[in-house]
Amino acid sequence: MADLSYNFAGIKSPNPFWLASAPPTDKEYNVVRAFEAGWGGVVWKTLGEDPPVVNVSSRYGAVQLNGQRMMGFSNIELITDRPLDVNLEEIARVKKNWPDRAVVVSLMVPCEEEPWKRILREVEDTGADGVELNFGCPHGMSERGMGSAVGQVPEYVEMVTRWCKEHSDLPVIVKLTPNITDIRTAARAAVRGGADAVSLINTINSIVSVDLDVMAPTPIVDGKGAHAGYCGPAVKHIALNMVAEIARDPECRGIPVSGIGGIANWRDGAEFMALGCGSVQVCTAAMHYGFRIVDDMITGLSNWMDEKGYRTIDDFRSMAVPNVANWNELNMNYDIKARINQDSCIKCGLCHITCEDTSHQAITATRVEGARLYEVVDKECVGCNLCMLACPVDNCITMERVDKDKPYMNWNQDPRNPFSTAAE
Amino acid sequence: MVFQGHEAAIFAPLFSNMNMGVRVMSDIAAGRLSGEELAENFADIHPPLDAKSAHIEASRCYFCYDAPCMEACPTGIDIPSFIRKISTDNVRGSAIDILEENIMGGACARVCPTEVLCEGACVRTAQEGKPVTIGALQRFATDWLMEKGEQPFTRAATTGKKVAIIGAGPAGLSAAHRLSQLGHDCEVFEALPKSGGLNEYGIADYKVVDNFAQKEVEFILGLGGITVHHGKKLGQELALGTLRNDFDAVFIGSGLGAVQALALEGENIEGVFNAVDYIADLRQTPDKSKLPIGRRVVIIGGGSTAIDIAVKSKRLGAEDVTIVYRRGADAMSATAVEQKFAQTNGVKIKHWMQPVGIVSDNGAVSAVEFEYTKQGSDGKLTGTGEKTILPADMLFKAIGQVFVPDPVSGTAAQLELKGGRIAVDERYATSLDGVYAGGDCIDGNVGLTVAAVQDGKKAALAINDYLAKK
Repeated sequence: MADLSYNFAGIKSPNPFWLASAPPTDKEYNVVRAFEAGWGGVVWKTLGEDPPVVNVSSRYGAVQLNGQRMMGFSNIELITDRPLDVNLEEIARVKKNWPDRAVVVSLMVPCEEEPWKRILREVEDTGADGVELNFGCPHGMSERGMGSAVGQVPEYVEMVTRWCKEHSDLPVIVKLTPNITDIRTAARAAVRGGADAVSLINTINSIVSVDLDVMAPTPIVDGKGAHAGYCGPAVKHIALNMVAEIARDPECRGIPVSGIGGIANWRDGAEFMALGCGSVQVCTAAMHYGFRIVDDMITGLSNWMDEKGYRTIDDFRSMAVPNVANWNELNMNYDIKARINQDSCIKCGLCHITCEDTSHQAITATRVEGARLYEVVDKECVGCNLCMLACPVDNCITMERVDKDKPYMNWNQDPRNPFSTAAE
Repeated sequence: MVFQGHEAAIFAPLFSNMNMGVRVMSDIAAGRLSGEELAENFADIHPPLDAKSAHIEASRCYFCYDAPCMEACPTGIDIPSFIRKISTDNVRGSAIDILEENIMGGACARVCPTEVLCEGACVRTAQEGKPVTIGALQRFATDWLMEKGEQPFTRAATTGKKVAIIGAGPAGLSAAHRLSQLGHDCEVFEALPKSGGLNEYGIADYKVVDNFAQKEVEFILGLGGITVHHGKKLGQELALGTLRNDFDAVFIGSGLGAVQALALEGENIEGVFNAVDYIADLRQTPDKSKLPIGRRVVIIGGGSTAIDIAVKSKRLGAEDVTIVYRRGADAMSATAVEQKFAQTNGVKIKHWMQPVGIVSDNGAVSAVEFEYTKQGSDGKLTGTGEKTILPADMLFKAIGQVFVPDPVSGTAAQLELKGGRIAVDERYATSLDGVYAGGDCIDGNVGLTVAAVQDGKKAALAINDYLAKK
């Protein structure tokens, strides 16, 4: 039986599955229900200064795909709208009653040293395990000079992180906004400021849909909508890349990363861990199905680790990082061709039409005694995978490696490259 | 003394030997079931998809290239295209895709044996045995448009040409709609009081509920340029020669006129019915509790009509309903899905038996005598000599309909026949100049609504070419 417990930057939890700072962690009632369901930790919904913010009615938008709801999810909710002392009292009680779980408190106060100093002291008094600096929230708070307004300026990230490290002994996690050009810039600033860890991604600026009757972006608040923070399964792929960028950046090397972005099951979590994450945070999936999804996350990860022979998270964590390369490190001699298994072909013709219309005209469509036949023309096939991806039958189209006895040769070594080191 | 079910099977040979010495009372009665039970039994067997279900089902379509479903549709509807439009909420565009190729797309969505047409060819059938439910999606789109009350098609500028159309069934109405679109005026002559043909008089109630056939006729006529005259039958009120003189072209879509006979003595006694006639009565009777049905019903035949009358008998409250077919299940023209439908409705299907005698009692049928059959290596069917008797209060003949050629062959205007039906060329032209034909009355037609619609559509295009040259 695999050991799922993890010590993330000094914050211990029985499993790596945390609930992200968001509505599910807004108050004691929800957090207790989450812990009862088995979540390893929570990042409490962001605390700010009193008086509390006021939220609008109509807060969430969503993207449906082929009947699947909430493939993408967006919100215009602000930080906690409850008084600070109420939150602090509940945090203290929850931590006391659930000592084995990770209780991290998300924070967002104006970009001045004093408010940060003040709130850190109050959080320390609750017995919480750590703080997460919300430099990512892209709506509402950013217009008040907080959230992503800080996260988008590396100097501010570094400065606030340094204040927090000076005024608190708690582990400091810096939560990064994806709404910047290069995630490494903000991550490096956090490292320079002394951050114990980073977490990413926060939500992405978005308009999930336009209501064509009202002629307004959704979610609509009395006829108008604001850009909203996008998350859910649709953003996982963007988050994975940003996590990988940090994992392989020399300046960030070794910093613990808590992965966030569309994680809905154990496999998603394992993928983030393979790219270096020590914990993963979940929000949309819980908001879609409730807290009980953690059961699959725990047992699924455990079963997979057992199957692979991994005893602890660190046994496989970061294993995929060395294989994330730059394009010019890829092997130019690697050559694959599409292979269609005629026995499992159901004659949908998608391999042909996608290749014919949009790629390399490498799959012919013919009839043999009336029966449809789709065949690969090897000399035209560039091994792009499009047909394999479009084919609705698993393993009907596979890619066969055909380069024989050719050595590894990257673009820098390739004589076809005018600037090649191998060119005479 | 009445024997039922397995008792009948056990005692039947005994009856045979005793020459029906035991009196079996005929039991035919109306109102076997309550009003609620009948309402439930004759309600829509495939309730329509709601928008959400339609979206999800539409998203199962792979949008195949050179889609096998499309090739399997006799009217060649661009099925991937109409399904994609449902998934994008372009339901109007979807319905027009369907109706452009098949103006009776609504009826066909309900009555087509999709399991042997589009859905049978769906690549998901090959992949996982679960096709996209194309028929249900087609119904979703066409219902949407028809409920809007919109006529999506317009007529071209009038050509001044007039076409006579015989029969207001699927072939005739399809031809009329297309000809009217092309600018020709159409007059349709129909023998029966209502238009729609078998959609109105032949299809099972539970497939076309809520007076759908008439709604569809209204939709088709809504284009304009089509006038229907009822009570006009070829060979009686109408003569082909006159129509040829009075119109620029003639299309015959008169269907089949008579029921195949069993060629048995006693075929016309009380209790013996033509299935198609009884089905027509059933369709035209609003109060099903008024329809008499036997307690024990035997049906002879192996096609859709046999299935329909059997299921309807059961749903009217008959106790024992048995379809008897002279060959095996594979040879039945009813599809496997239809056979299963009958069986799950409590109908028993017996194979390899052919009727050899009708047993009567007081002038009414009381049982049917069958001989077991076998197929020789040459494919020929022969009796084994072994016989059995099935008690029956009602016997339905459902062994097919035949074309009655007299009105078209017995006059001065004589049409060539082939295979007992009207001979046409590949463009639906008969042997007479300017006379075209389609639907069940032509040689080679497979007897499906969808095929009749296609005949009407293609014949209309041929007539349009003919009129252009005239």
